[in-house]
Amino acid sequence: MQYKARIALTAIGLMGLSLAAQAQDGEKYITLASTTSTENSGLFDAIIPQFTDKTGIEVRVVAVGTGQAFEIARRGDADSLLVHDTAGEKQFVEEGYGTERADVMYNDFVLMGPEDDPAGIADAETVAEAMRLIAEAEAPFASRGDDSGTNRAELRLWDAAGVEPGGDWYRELGSGMGPTLNTAAGMDAYVMSDRATWVAFENPQNLELLFAGDEALFNQYGSLLISKERHPHLKHDLAEQWHEWLLSEEGQSAIGDFDVNGQQLFFPNAD
Amino acid sequence: MNDLTARFVTEPPAQSLKGVSFTHRGQRLLGPVDLRLTGCKRTLVMGPNGAGKSLLMRLAHGLLPATQGQLRWEGRTPRQAMVFQRPVLLKRSALANLVYALAVNGTPRRQRKARAREALARFGLSHLERRPARVLSGGEQQRLALARAWLLDPEVLFLDEPTSALDPAAILAVESAVQEFHARGVRILMSSHDLHQARRLADEVLFLNAGRLIEHTDAVTFFTAPASNEARAFIRGELVL
Amino acid sequence: MSSDASALTTALSLILGFDPTLMEIVALSLRVSLVAVLLAAVIGLPLGAALALWRFPGRGALVVALNALMGLPPVVAGLCVYLLLSRAGPLGELGLLFTPGAMVVAQVILVLPIIAALARQQVEELHQEYHEQLTSLGLSRLRMIPTLLWDARLGLVTVILAGFGRASAEVGAVMIVGGNIDGVTRVMTTAIVLETSKGNLALALGLGIVLLGLVALVNAAAYLVGETARRRLG
Repeated sequence: MQYKARIALTAIGLMGLSLAAQAQDGEKYITLASTTSTENSGLFDAIIPQFTDKTGIEVRVVAVGTGQAFEIARRGDADSLLVHDTAGEKQFVEEGYGTERADVMYNDFVLMGPEDDPAGIADAETVAEAMRLIAEAEAPFASRGDDSGTNRAELRLWDAAGVEPGGDWYRELGSGMGPTLNTAAGMDAYVMSDRATWVAFENPQNLELLFAGDEALFNQYGSLLISKERHPHLKHDLAEQWHEWLLSEEGQSAIGDFDVNGQQLFFPNAD
Repeated sequence: MNDLTARFVTEPPAQSLKGVSFTHRGQRLLGPVDLRLTGCKRTLVMGPNGAGKSLLMRLAHGLLPATQGQLRWEGRTPRQAMVFQRPVLLKRSALANLVYALAVNGTPRRQRKARAREALARFGLSHLERRPARVLSGGEQQRLALARAWLLDPEVLFLDEPTSALDPAAILAVESAVQEFHARGVRILMSSHDLHQARRLADEVLFLNAGRLIEHTDAVTFFTAPASNEARAFIRGELVL
Repeated sequence: MSSDASALTTALSLILGFDPTLMEIVALSLRVSLVAVLLAAVIGLPLGAALALWRFPGRGALVVALNALMGLPPVVAGLCVYLLLSRAGPLGELGLLFTPGAMVVAQVILVLPIIAALARQQVEELHQEYHEQLTSLGLSRLRMIPTLLWDARLGLVTVILAGFGRASAEVGAVMIVGGNIDGVTRVMTTAIVLETSKGNLALALGLGIVLLGLVALVNAAAYLVGETARRRLG
């Protein structure tokens, strides 16, 4: 009995050591704070291996809302940042947390709703009109409500449409994009999503893409380098290689080549 | 004196209790008791239920602190062991229970098993060596508890109603074990409410009633000419209140 | 419900196909939770035993606090560990954030109160029965601890299993401190959250079935060991 117990203890101890070892090995990696939209669409699975093959640098993606991604980077817990909130990104640089910000790619936001489209947004001319129609019909609208890039973009669109969202029909979920889509599908609500997450989403039920194509729905992604002065411990050299690669011809074409069901989701637009 | 069992050259130190009492939640359950125990006698603590027999034994052994008064070993504190009415055995084999006691009292590791087996043999438990102690019969459990006490090599042995839950064969085994301890020069302090048992074993008797020590006399005097009314009634088998 | 049926098929094909990604995720889940439970047991069992044996001012408050912490929401534990291990936090130097090590720390915090509080109950009960005998043998309270823990072992296995159940089932803490990084810190529960958010409900449910099966397997093994021991030891 005690012999067996000793074997079991040794085994568990070895597992602990292997955990510690795992944390140590693969010294050449960076932690990238990014958004759920890029991770969930499968973009990273497609492009990161190409980068790793070339440089030997592993990229570990922590996919969270844009607000949380900024916070992680601000605290020095990520080596690099790839998000989609241009205004927030510029502020991040101005506050001295970031040293450089560059456009990487864009996709667009799309509006989904129940097939029968009670607010009739499918025929709207502009996104502003579509939003007004939803508000006037007081049709249920599921908002992320989580201070993410998508959430911030949505609030700007309401603002531009001259609508103060609120009331029973406007439901702030405080969830990521995927859960928000699941909820919207469940309660036949209108919802705004980035196209990438929507195309890769597998549980649409009654939801249908009803409105897209307005330039105001343009969704720009930016890559940021984090301040060496504020966080000297970070792997700035490796992060810089990643940043440069994203902007390089190679990185840009990798992004352009990525598709889901034959549909291109991200459009490279580095300078 | 060359008998292996009678190997104490010195007697166990005397124990004296002065004004010892025990109070629980404002109620005095025992005492005050004045008492002096000496030599290698077999002292039986007698009295009806609730007289304070168990309490007195626990105070003397040091399991409970006295609320008032003084307990003192004259000279040095002797090695002691106690056997309870319901033996408390550990959840492991009979042998392992004895090895454990030897480990606690600091016996070198290499000697433990051999000595434990000797004790099992002495108390007729060899065939149960590997059996979990908790599945033994009541009598076997009590013998194992006695074997454990034996291994602790006590100079003073306390037994709290050790036979009250046993059948006659098991009672006989316990009584002969007590005699063996006695032959080895161990002072015995044993509580019992069985008069016949007391007649068989006692050198002297402590008679308690309602928390008071009524008599402390040699056994012959106690059984033939008890000094108190309570003791007389008790011996006659009347209900003592 | 066709999605339920397809979840079962998905689960089966994942398991029977020894899907390498799934195996990796399962292995990491097991390693993180087992190490966390072992550490929590090494600290929690003696702690619980000590609480059972000693009386001191503030003991009642400590016992209540431990019992309350059994219900500590995992996200709160995760948030605290995140703030602790973040570069800007007091233990940032260790560089543990977003590693399996951080997940172990978070799970230890979740499991420790369960093991300590339940161990205290079990040991306290056993101590009621044993304390006169052990005191008579001349044991100090410190020396009683290993004896009581060993003799309470059958019940403590259940306690440790309860801890393992909590560790392997929680998602809030490991999500925050691990980051759900593919191939590094992605465990069963965070993978389920991820697949759900992708709307991939069949795969999510399939993973859930695998997780449930694993936990059931561990419990069955412990139950068998316990029953055999109970029958043997009485």
